[in-house]
Amino acid sequence: MAWFRKPQYTTLRATPPRDVIPEGLWFKCTECVNFIYRKDFERNLMVCPKCGAHFKMSAMERIAMLADEGTWEEFNAHIRPTDALKFCDSKPYEKRLKDAMSKGDANEAVRTGRCKIDGHTVLLSVMDFNFIGGSMGSVVGERVTRLMERACTDRLPVISVATSGGARMQESILSLMQMAKTSAACAMLARERIPYISVLTDPTTAGVMASFASLGDVIVAEPGALIGFAGPRVIQQTINQILPRGFQRSDFVLAHGFVDIVVERKYLKATLARLVSFFWDEPKSTAKVVPMAL
Amino acid sequence: MAMTTFEFEKPIVDLEARLAELRQREAAGEDVASELHVAEMELQKTRESIYRNLTPHQRVLIARHFDRPHSLDYIRALFEQFTELHGDRQFRDDPSVVCGFGFFQGRPMAVIGQQKGKDVKENVARNFGMMHPEGYRKALRVMKLADKFRRPIAIFIDTPGAYPGIGAEERGQAEAIARNIMEMFTLNVPIVVLIIGEGASGGALGIGVGDRVLMLENAWYSVISPEGCASILWRDAKMAPVAAANLKLTATDLLQLGIIDDIIAEPLGGAHRDPLVAIENVRVALEQALNELTPLAPDVLRRLRHAKYRAMGKFIEEVSETAEAAAGDTTPGPTSRPPHSRKP
Ligand SMILES: [Zn+2]
Repeated sequence: MAWFRKPQYTTLRATPPRDVIPEGLWFKCTECVNFIYRKDFERNLMVCPKCGAHFKMSAMERIAMLADEGTWEEFNAHIRPTDALKFCDSKPYEKRLKDAMSKGDANEAVRTGRCKIDGHTVLLSVMDFNFIGGSMGSVVGERVTRLMERACTDRLPVISVATSGGARMQESILSLMQMAKTSAACAMLARERIPYISVLTDPTTAGVMASFASLGDVIVAEPGALIGFAGPRVIQQTINQILPRGFQRSDFVLAHGFVDIVVERKYLKATLARLVSFFWDEPKSTAKVVPMAL
Repeated sequence: MAMTTFEFEKPIVDLEARLAELRQREAAGEDVASELHVAEMELQKTRESIYRNLTPHQRVLIARHFDRPHSLDYIRALFEQFTELHGDRQFRDDPSVVCGFGFFQGRPMAVIGQQKGKDVKENVARNFGMMHPEGYRKALRVMKLADKFRRPIAIFIDTPGAYPGIGAEERGQAEAIARNIMEMFTLNVPIVVLIIGEGASGGALGIGVGDRVLMLENAWYSVISPEGCASILWRDAKMAPVAAANLKLTATDLLQLGIIDDIIAEPLGGAHRDPLVAIENVRVALEQALNELTPLAPDVLRRLRHAKYRAMGKFIEEVSETAEAAAGDTTPGPTSRPPHSRKP
């Protein structure tokens, strides 16, 4: 593992004082408060090598980790969000969208496409928390739904990696209806007997959790992920008592029977490939050409 | 009548008081006929101008009025021999949702309704109409019973949201709602959803997928309550009126957006001012919806239901991926996607 290459005597004290840390060179783990050389952290798939805390990945980072090299092909990137309701809170939604698009490498809160995972061809949907909290608006609903519809026509398994704070409030009722739209698509997958594996990462709550993310044939969670319907703050305010330790975290959700497996990130790809092979036989001919357009 | 009135109704209340005073004087033998006439005219005018121009947030307040008819008021009035069925067969009976069967104008059918209380005590017993997972599972059990015996389903929506609590999370609130939504797309019988009060988010949608979604004039339906939205986006719950306007949560907004199929009129000032009129209007609307849906074959029903929700959402779709790659320059234009042509 990468961090073993670091000098043995590296301790917390040995990291340079805060004010001289070059921007971006070191990563401070918010769980164990250790400083980690950023390259080591990235090589360790954004998992703290000291305490094992799993940090958020962008959709592109996640795809790079899951897809076999050079196999990712994105669909429906040309579907873009619009401010249909002229929603304006502290800033107009239109502006919020522009800001979100210029901020990172995300073009919406989900990317969908086809790739191979350890040789298995699958349709993959990966959400991105950097884009307005991974919130589900019309574009997320549409891209996920089209992916599932394509899975039925192309007969390919679906893997979804979720991370979301819920519905996108700025799209109001339209975002709520994406729960219906994606759940209807899940009903289609079930009827067509297409395997659907849902991966829950930190955090997956509210509208996404109360729709397609909960409807996988198998549900996999990353360690320590916040998973639930209501956010902890809302619950705390409602019941006015301290929440139990580990409440709504992966192990809690596993213990209560709403997740099949909790898998460390380094084993995620292999686990997904194995699950697919349990349910799905790869077609013998690999020469099948799938048309690009839907 | 000692009915709770709202701040914005003050001009009406004042005029009503003045009218009452004049009537008293008239009864005492004074000649106030012309003053009475003027006051009556003015009251009528004021009522019209206030109630015909309600802001979204004023409608939200009306939708929450304690005396507004709730699910059981409609169910008792419209369904003969209503028989409540209890429990999800797994954990317990959730009293915040009432499920059962009854006869609607001689037609046997399933009924489901989120139930609020008329006072604090009843509200505590009903958990303010906020369902737990076992409530959603009970509702699904009854919907499947209806499906099994080919009976249509009527659903009354009136909830401030699914309950956010420890037990609700432990028992899988999100899973329960997700499963209900998905399963409702597989049902072979007509589903008529009536939003009679508050329709808050997943809590409402968890029993809210319908072939017809009808909404009372002053009800609201949104992804989040205006207060919740205000405290998250404005960090101030007092901004709820602004949030309410932004959320487009009124029946008129939702009809325009194609989310609901029709608006059911309420008596002037809200359903609580004349519950019998509201109940009669609901009866007529439900009857009409059932008449339209009953002749449809199960697969047609399912396909239409799927297509209806499939078309929801607004986004920009650039001409096509290939054109984009080839030309490198495409003019985005808003498209509203036609209903999906593929059979579900
Ligand atoms: Zn750490």
